[in-house]
Amino acid sequence: MEKLRYALFTGCTAKQSTPEQMMSTMAVADKLGIELVELVEASCCGASHLQDYDDFLSLVLNARNIAYAEKHELTMVTICNTCQLNTAMTKHRLDNNAELKARVNEKLAEVGLEYKGTSQVTHFLYAIIDDIGLDKIKEMVVTPLSQFNIAPFYGCHNIRPSELQNESHKTAENPYNPNSLDDLIIACGGMNVDYEEKNKCCGFHAELQAPKTAATLTGNAIAGAMDGNADWMVTPCPLCHLKLDTQTHHASVAIGREVSLPVLHMQQMLGLALGCPQESLGLKHHVTKVNFI
Amino acid sequence: MEHTITTQKVNFKVFRFNADEDYLPYYENYDMEVTSEEVVLDILNRIKWDHDGSFSYRRSCRHGICGACAIKVNGRATLACKESMNTMVEFFGNELTIEPLSIKRAVKDMIIDKGDFWEKHDAVKPYLISDVDEHPEHEHLVTPEEAEELNEADLCIQCGACHYACPVVEINEDFFGPAAFAKAYRFEADVRDDAHVQRLEALHQEKQGVWDCVKCMECAEVCPKDVDPISKITKLHNMLFKEGVATSNVATRHAVGFKHSIVKNGVLDEGGLVLYSEGPSIVKHIPVAFKMFTKGKIVPPWGITKSENLDEIQKLVKSSSTAKF
Repeated sequence: MEKLRYALFTGCTAKQSTPEQMMSTMAVADKLGIELVELVEASCCGASHLQDYDDFLSLVLNARNIAYAEKHELTMVTICNTCQLNTAMTKHRLDNNAELKARVNEKLAEVGLEYKGTSQVTHFLYAIIDDIGLDKIKEMVVTPLSQFNIAPFYGCHNIRPSELQNESHKTAENPYNPNSLDDLIIACGGMNVDYEEKNKCCGFHAELQAPKTAATLTGNAIAGAMDGNADWMVTPCPLCHLKLDTQTHHASVAIGREVSLPVLHMQQMLGLALGCPQESLGLKHHVTKVNFI
Repeated sequence: MEHTITTQKVNFKVFRFNADEDYLPYYENYDMEVTSEEVVLDILNRIKWDHDGSFSYRRSCRHGICGACAIKVNGRATLACKESMNTMVEFFGNELTIEPLSIKRAVKDMIIDKGDFWEKHDAVKPYLISDVDEHPEHEHLVTPEEAEELNEADLCIQCGACHYACPVVEINEDFFGPAAFAKAYRFEADVRDDAHVQRLEALHQEKQGVWDCVKCMECAEVCPKDVDPISKITKLHNMLFKEGVATSNVATRHAVGFKHSIVKNGVLDEGGLVLYSEGPSIVKHIPVAFKMFTKGKIVPPWGITKSENLDEIQKLVKSSSTAKF
């Protein structure tokens, strides 16, 4: 098989508050024989907030990021759900509105760039499932996670709105009963925990302005996983990870119950199963201690 | 093309509750042969007509216009009259759970008390406020382009699917919710309306207004009429800035802060953004920030790897900005 190559849009958190996510992404890519060309020119996607202030500016900046992936003639892979939604939403809007695309390109032309619409934008989770396949992953597992009950936490911006999201990958995901992350847990040899909050919101995007709402949602998610007998949680989104990993105190206060579980990034779980050296997965960067290793 | 009607066995677990008599709700099981022609409302009718006459639900138009029959199938809110059984089985398999839109508001079986929905709906003044001359000399013309601005917001049938799918509505009882926001946008976008600023002021208030939205996209997913409430919420955010209603608070500074960070670094300065948004209130984040710092999760401003070709980004921000604060 020809070596898989993607343009990697790291997003901002992977370089700042979740360094373990960057480390484990690179470790897993190496193990899977994937070449990641980092889009070092990319800007922040606006994280679903910039568009509230200036929608057109958000579109132009996201189109610029995609234009760099197009220059490499590669599929853009994201490792953050919110980067995925913002970028895919930009692509969808530009690909379906010639007038808007022309307006954006008029701006991009000022810096010698053009958005064409030739690069697919997909989250690393789906790139792995679509292009490598769960069967192949299963074959490659050297340390099956068979002693663990693992609670998948999908993160809103990878599964909704499904009409848009399902344009970005071949794996058809039902937002009310998503499977991809469950399937990946099973492929890694783990037991997937089914619980009501797995496709719900972690509250991240209202953390500053509505801390009680945000903390309650985080608390409900961890509590749901705990009640489902999970040993730990796993998520493809670094923003969900930040909430679930670092905000357990606020979450516990908000729901009136002590909640805490180790939370792994999808890449870390995969890395453990594929036998990546533990220090390459950055497990020491977690606030809630990864206590099962 | 020949069209064949197929049948399949489906097990329905149906929520039952009578607030006047029952202490707790319970679920009744019904096994049925379901044809590929049927919609969910047909199943509700068959339960009532063939099994239990006391089974209660709202229905009226049977054409997806009245919004009365919205219920949940396996957690997914839908209009019973519009949703084909085939799709439901394709989505969830042969075991389906039928529940009202909001269990905690159940009055009898599928019927809920939508009082809070209507209260929020009314709170946004969902009507045209216009000082119309009693004897106008000419029509108030709306161009097709201006009408386009409504962006399907006028298709809302007040079924409540998005309101009860919204996680904020469940936690924060002051929150207007996605249906009320979409309705507010419908009038905010109407060129004949004179209450723009007045309505926007209510939408800017913390706890009740648009800033408390968590952006979970549940409303966009669930809406049976493709109103896409979240996109209307974004437009309302934009209007708050455009009309000068947005005052400086943690939420507005947070949105604007992204632009400042991007101009400076291309990428985000996470710590800088929180500082810009919170101002002196940043002290409340110190305990968590300290824990994050000890785990190597905080990068100081001077340690940030800026985007390459930052000059391009700066040039684009300058030429493409459309909002002021």
